[in-house]
Amino acid sequence: MDLKYSEEYEAYRAELRAFLAANWPPKGAGAELSFREQAAVFRQHAIDAGYVARGIPKQYGGSERAADVLKARIIAEEFRRAKAPGEVRGIGASMLVPTLIEKGAEWQKERFVPPTIRGEMVWCQGYSEPGSGSDLASLQTRAELVGDEWVINGHKVWTSGADQADFMFCLCRTEPEAKKHGGISYLLIDMKSPGIEVRPLRQMTGTADFCEVFFSDVRTPKDHIVGKRGEGWIVSRSTLKHERDMIGSAESSLLTFRNLVRLAQSTQRGGRPAIEDPAIRQELAEIEGYVRSHVYSGYRQLTAASKGGSAGIASMLNKLTSSNIGHRISRLALELVGDAGLCSPNGDPIMSVNPRGESGWVTQYMWSLGIAIAGGTANIQRNIIAERGLGLPRERAAQESR
Amino acid sequence: MDFGLSEEQELLQETLRSFIARDCPPTRLREIFDADAGHDPAHWNALVEMGVAGLVIPEAYGGAGLELLDLALVAEVLGEGAFPSPFFGHSLASLAIVLGGSDAQKESWLPRLASGDVLGTIAFGEGDESWDPSAWQMRRVDEKLTGMKGYVPHANVADLIVVGLAGGELALVERSAEGVKLEAIDAVDRTRPLYKLSLDAVVAEVLAVAAASRVRDAGLVLLAADAFGSASKLVEMSVEYAKTRQQFGQVIGQFQAVKHQLADMTTAIEPARGLFWHAAYAFDHLPDEAERGAALAKAHLTDVFMQTARDAVEAHGGIGFTWESDVQIWFKRAMFDRAFLGTPPGHRERAATLAGW
Ligand SMILES: Cc1cc2nc3c(=O)[nH]c(=O)nc-3n(C[C@H](O)[C@H](O)[C@H](O)COP(=O)(O)OP(=O)(O)OC[C@H]3O[C@@H](n4cnc5c(N)ncnc54)[C@H](O)[C@@H]3O)c2cc1C
Repeated sequence: MDLKYSEEYEAYRAELRAFLAANWPPKGAGAELSFREQAAVFRQHAIDAGYVARGIPKQYGGSERAADVLKARIIAEEFRRAKAPGEVRGIGASMLVPTLIEKGAEWQKERFVPPTIRGEMVWCQGYSEPGSGSDLASLQTRAELVGDEWVINGHKVWTSGADQADFMFCLCRTEPEAKKHGGISYLLIDMKSPGIEVRPLRQMTGTADFCEVFFSDVRTPKDHIVGKRGEGWIVSRSTLKHERDMIGSAESSLLTFRNLVRLAQSTQRGGRPAIEDPAIRQELAEIEGYVRSHVYSGYRQLTAASKGGSAGIASMLNKLTSSNIGHRISRLALELVGDAGLCSPNGDPIMSVNPRGESGWVTQYMWSLGIAIAGGTANIQRNIIAERGLGLPRERAAQESR
Repeated sequence: MDFGLSEEQELLQETLRSFIARDCPPTRLREIFDADAGHDPAHWNALVEMGVAGLVIPEAYGGAGLELLDLALVAEVLGEGAFPSPFFGHSLASLAIVLGGSDAQKESWLPRLASGDVLGTIAFGEGDESWDPSAWQMRRVDEKLTGMKGYVPHANVADLIVVGLAGGELALVERSAEGVKLEAIDAVDRTRPLYKLSLDAVVAEVLAVAAASRVRDAGLVLLAADAFGSASKLVEMSVEYAKTRQQFGQVIGQFQAVKHQLADMTTAIEPARGLFWHAAYAFDHLPDEAERGAALAKAHLTDVFMQTARDAVEAHGGIGFTWESDVQIWFKRAMFDRAFLGTPPGHRERAATLAGW
């Protein structure tokens, strides 16, 4: 155990600060570019210098550095301080890229990983269907191999960002004769293909961030399959794990918590700052107990992973832990913003770790609920923890519907 | 002891229930929710016909002369239907005059409020959670008011606004009076739209008796009743959904986890029915318990309602999170019930103080 920022780390921080001071915001001709272009140029520098895409091999455009929790933390802190664009976020970089690196064909890694981690290729996740949510493996969208192409027909729903995406990674039934889980393949589909219709769906927050996607005779090349035919379920397990890690990211729980403390400091209640109210202090400190547990559990998992091991059941708890924390935080925030709870949320499209103003916390309050459902509901997390983690027998219905 | 409802009270609830089922089913509710007016005037006329507008107005002034419990039972049923209606503001405005008006003021306003010729509302909070009469700043110079009120329900359709003044007095302002300005707020609950009200030297009539705290208490009871009806409806909707939605080859209600969640939701809400009944009864019959009962009922029931709304969304899965889902209409009603007239912690604090703790 060593958590001190030893001299080596302080030197690393100084080096990083110098890098940021030199490169962000861009100077000279670079300052004339659009923000997107500036970010792309900067990100490439940051990858070359080893600050971004550290987990991605060099041959796929990453910087390939040994996992180091403290360095990752220093990078996050310093990038935030400099307001510099860090890792590309979103479904593609966080979920598809690790899956491709684990399970993809060589050409797929070369073609899809670099533009995705540079933020130039945007992905959406086509898993859920109207009849298949928790019971994902019952999905019905079909893909049939005709000559050199898959021909896809069906209907996906709750597809976040489908209207913005360049590509979809999609689960389709390709082996109708096989058993439920064995009949699914993991396909990559260009969202500009003819036959795709995307209809945005509005959430309770008022904005439309997820969509329905209809496929009629949509074609994608035969080799746009990750893993073999009928292995889609296994491949998707890997993506889902990454999704849960993304949603479960302890760092964002910690950031949101810090913002909650700031909110309590800036809110007046009964003529004094809310943070001086004993009930609020108790609640904040109680939430912090959960947040810190979550953060340190994350450190432990990262350390174990960097040594090639695993932290066991702890990794199955991340999503439920984080959505429970999200609920506690947003509930206290709603209490603190008081009258603002009578007004509509501010229209931010996603749950932000740094809500904009009081109405941003109203958005947060609603999104904390969406997050508890997306990527597998709280109940499904509990089933995973109980069955895969604790070794309890599966529920009969789930067993029999295989 | 008799802790139950009379036949008349049950009949009133049943009549209203069937009216809402017929005239404001979910399809119609959805249309009103997506439009801006925040109610259907025909619906309000129907409530007036049923005597709801004058329920607590004395018979001598054309009302039914009933009590807060009767009004709360109406609020419960309106909550069940997430019924978009100026009922809440109108009831409190009427009560303000019943409790605080001089004979002349009663004579002049109550018959018209009872007959629905005049629609009333209240203007209490001034922002920053200044719901308590002691926090009001609205200034009165001679008979003229100047100041701002934060969240006035259904002010767009109200003729008469009961305005809280610095010092805790109440005054009557006509919406058509010179110097009255309304500004729509982007309210989260579209079944009870809110307006910001600015008054600039507006002619007003001050009520004879300062009844602000009593009117506030009545409001707390009505919100608690609304929360009870609404939350009960959400449990019913979730149970229905759990009986029809299939995953893993069976209805989700067959999973013990889901069963237990629905059982917990029922256990949280159903016993709390007595809390608003008791608070409403105390308002008219147990003066020593009235204020505290109202505070506790509002804090407890609106919190339970908010949690029930979250649970109901979860029980519905992805669809529960959409604008298309009816669940979100009640979810937003919960946000109103919770925050309007002040969030639960403040009322709990008051309940503790009133108990002498
Ligand atoms: C904001 C948001 C974004 C999303 N983004 C995407 C996306 O990009 N791509 C994508 O493919 N999907 C996405 N989803 C869909 C999400 O994965 C599903 O909504 C989720 O898996 C639940 O499925 P469902 O909605 O069909 O609910 P259902 O499966 O019908 O669940 C309804 C209720 O039954 C319970 N339940 C079901 N089975 C069991 C069981 N065996 N035991 C106990 N309880 C059970 C659930 O917990 C839930 O409470 C998103 C959802 C949301 C809310």
